[in-house]
Amino acid sequence: MIGIEHYIVVSAILFVLGVVGIFLNRKNIIIILMAIELILLAVNLNLVAFSAFLGDLTGQIFAMFVLAVAASEAAIGLAILVIYFRGRGTIAVDSVDRLKG
Amino acid sequence: MIQTFAFYLFAVLMIASAVLVITARNPVHSVLWLILAFFNAAGLMVLVGAEFIAMLLVIVYVGAVAVLFLFVVMMLDIDFAELRAGFIRNFPLGIAIALVLLAELVLGIGAYRAGEIVLGTPTGAAAPLIGAGNTESLGALLYSKYLFLFEATGLVLLVAMVGAIVLTLRERDGAHRGHQNIGKQVRRKPDEATVMKRPTIGEGIDL
Repeated sequence: MIGIEHYIVVSAILFVLGVVGIFLNRKNIIIILMAIELILLAVNLNLVAFSAFLGDLTGQIFAMFVLAVAASEAAIGLAILVIYFRGRGTIAVDSVDRLKG
Repeated sequence: MIQTFAFYLFAVLMIASAVLVITARNPVHSVLWLILAFFNAAGLMVLVGAEFIAMLLVIVYVGAVAVLFLFVVMMLDIDFAELRAGFIRNFPLGIAIALVLLAELVLGIGAYRAGEIVLGTPTGAAAPLIGAGNTESLGALLYSKYLFLFEATGLVLLVAMVGAIVLTLRERDGAHRGHQNIGKQVRRKPDEATVMKRPTIGEGIDL
């Protein structure tokens, strides 16, 4: 019998994989953005699982909002990536030091 | 029985493709594995009866976000071999952080399993409608209780769209085809733009 624990474990593994992806591909910002998408997918899976197992639809509504924000984030992130590549000719994250932050 | 089989199939495929997303050599392959991961997540959501979110995931992610990623990956001419140089160096740190995170999450789940945490029962306001499908119940809730949040989400998407356009719009020197010259528009006076004529009846008018 599949219970909510199964879903939580799966989404926990997915979340950890997303975090590992950020650490492993520290130079390639495209993979970092994809890893962020994986993290948000794990969050969505968690919200939907809790919503389904508790009989409360609010979780699914929130999953929808998370989806919208994730889509906007990907669009803006990729736009920034494109203009950065236009100016510098590389997308290595290490060389993003123009703001001296 | 079939549900258990489907759950493990979707879960294993999703986690395997997530591993391949973060380790694939070629970013194009990463995007393709990401698409597979999203498909399997949608399958997992269908299994618990959340078919609307599952279809939304397929349409928005596979149809829009993944294609956007593919466009960008293929458009930019990047030496990916150089970008992967730090992969081995970052590996031990990444694995260590992953193990700590996973241990914490497992601890949390174990604590949840130990009981003593009482989850609230549905209050009725956000419970699924009796006799209606997932999409219908979700729509009834979304367009009543969460209407303003829904409209705010539309605003977020609008700002993201305008932002992406503004960021990537390329201003070429000299050629201003199709672009507004705001200074010129502001400097315009009524005398230069309009003329007053008093035409006589039965004759035409020269402009």
